[in-house]
Amino acid sequence: MKLAIFKFASCSGCQLELLNLEEELLKIAEKVEVAYFIEASKKISEGPYDIALIEGSISTPEQEEEIKRVRNESKYVIAIGSCATSGGIQALRNWSNQINDYKKIVYPNPEWIKTLEKSTPISEHVKVDFEINGCPINRRQLLWVLSQIMLGREPFLPTHSLCIQCKIKGYTCVLVTKGEPCLGPIVMVGCGALCPSFQRPCYACYGPSDKPEVERLMEHFRNKGLSKMDISLLLKKFENWNQKFREVINK
Amino acid sequence: MSKIDLKIKPLTRVEGEGGVELIITNGKIEKLELNIFEAPRFFEAFLIGRKYSEVPDLVARICGICPIPYIYSSSRAIEKIFEIEIPKEIRELRKIMLFGEWISSHTLHAFLLHAPDFLRLNDAIELAKIEPETIRKAMRLKAFGNYIIEKLGGRPVHPISCRIGGFYRVIRKTELKDIKDKCREYQEIAKELLKWTFKLKIPEVKCDYEYLSLKDQDNEYPTIGGRIISNKGLNIVEEDFEKEIEEIQVPYSTSLRCKIRRRGFYITGPIARYNNNYNTLRGEVRDIIEDNGYKAPLTNTYQSIIARLAEIFHATLEIERLIDEYREPEKPYVEYKVKGGWGCGATEAPRGVLYHSYKLNDEGFVEKARIIAPTTQNLAHIEQDIINQIPLIISKPIEEAQLIVEQIIRNYDPCISCSVHSIKLKIKIN
Repeated sequence: MKLAIFKFASCSGCQLELLNLEEELLKIAEKVEVAYFIEASKKISEGPYDIALIEGSISTPEQEEEIKRVRNESKYVIAIGSCATSGGIQALRNWSNQINDYKKIVYPNPEWIKTLEKSTPISEHVKVDFEINGCPINRRQLLWVLSQIMLGREPFLPTHSLCIQCKIKGYTCVLVTKGEPCLGPIVMVGCGALCPSFQRPCYACYGPSDKPEVERLMEHFRNKGLSKMDISLLLKKFENWNQKFREVINK
Repeated sequence: MSKIDLKIKPLTRVEGEGGVELIITNGKIEKLELNIFEAPRFFEAFLIGRKYSEVPDLVARICGICPIPYIYSSSRAIEKIFEIEIPKEIRELRKIMLFGEWISSHTLHAFLLHAPDFLRLNDAIELAKIEPETIRKAMRLKAFGNYIIEKLGGRPVHPISCRIGGFYRVIRKTELKDIKDKCREYQEIAKELLKWTFKLKIPEVKCDYEYLSLKDQDNEYPTIGGRIISNKGLNIVEEDFEKEIEEIQVPYSTSLRCKIRRRGFYITGPIARYNNNYNTLRGEVRDIIEDNGYKAPLTNTYQSIIARLAEIFHATLEIERLIDEYREPEKPYVEYKVKGGWGCGATEAPRGVLYHSYKLNDEGFVEKARIIAPTTQNLAHIEQDIINQIPLIISKPIEEAQLIVEQIIRNYDPCISCSVHSIKLKIKIN
């Protein structure tokens, strides 16, 4: 089995989670051939690949072409992390319609910079077989998905809300008890309810859960005194270009 | 006519998307371009209009390998604007977590990315076949670094426990006990791995370079904040960084690059920290280094692997000391009043000085952000380093020449995601 890892616009944190598997990674390397992983090896094997892990969003004209080539060479494509599944934090540019102003802020010679108007998820460009959410992804989920595929099963990950995991772990509710704007009720599990374990409200590193009541939760926050601006900032983070969050932000 | 024409694209075993193009004809360089084609992500632009409290979590996403310095440099800048004094307990917790990141990031680079070069191997998987024990120890050490960050920050990539003024909750001394109990074992591993680097064939060329690092206010090995110094007389406060360091853009790269005004290019990173602050490394570390015939300064960038391992060993020793001395604070963070103004902060990221500055309005919203990553500062110097070694490069067959160029680049542990907030390699030796 040949595994390939490709990077588009991103911080490399999700592929680092693969390396962070450490001892387990060595075991995976016994079972699969790591055929393309330029961050870790000089050895580059040609496709086709059995599994392609895609990190990052599509944000330049070259990447638009590259992702099509990767898709053609890969049997099973997995988008890993918020950038690949919803456009990532860099999709904040999508809201401005002023990409040239953005270039001017960062670069003295903006005309040298080639970039697309929008940063978009992999699924907007090619067929994606499976998505692993999160900014960053959780390496335990990655290991689980890879193991399932290696065993010949269709991978599956839970999509219920973070609240359920938080309750199972017995953490004090940040939203009800502390009255803080926690996004747990509408966000998918996966991180392990880390923020509530530090008495911090969830700030949505993962995308929306199944059937999220985004508008209802925001109404609750408005009743508690949050402004339109507060709510927009709350949702406009790593999952800002996710359809379910976008609908509410646009209201 | 002798012509070397090297195109290396993509550059492998570096973090992010880069390449090099090098054309040498009759011993003269026609073209040397260290390209970065990592896609720009425009952080300094979309930060405008964001609330101060969101900034550390947003900028952490510039780099999955070194999120902690991003959190710290931005927090420090904002804490200066709010005139917050960070108490010792919180400063020390921050140091423990940063040392955790140095351990995991340096181990990743030294063994998975850098060491294969010295042995002319493709990757750590091949290295693991020759030196299984060494790689196993390195992986365990890397896991220890991550474990420290998980304990204090929830997870190693983009930890969630930090906020302006400190932490979201009090970190209990009992929570740190597990780390402390493991320290001795990992100090031994770090010491053995430091000794292992002296077995490598490290070139002995002597290069006269300018090294830039922080200098700690309490005369410890530099971590968070302090003066910015160099071995050639630079000695300024953080607030003067933008005055003394100039950012320039070249057409073949999405990353800017830096020079010291009126002077030239410089190096930041472990080798610079080591050379500028050798006497503040723990004695146990210096003893091993000196037993093996080295001291300060290290004289070329291949030797940076020694500095990385020295820092790993130092970190394992310091973590134990800091946990011993840790007193739980009453409050996890310092209360403050939001106000407007300009502030800056620098942290020693694994790859060198990470500088941030922000201008906030009176309500605490960002009006301007400036982020200067270590790799941005090192890029021009990497080209300089290749130029200095042209006689060596042209004396070798093309495959060997390419390896040398790649290794010079890897010596710097470039982090391309950081530098673009972005490198690809094409080399041409005609």
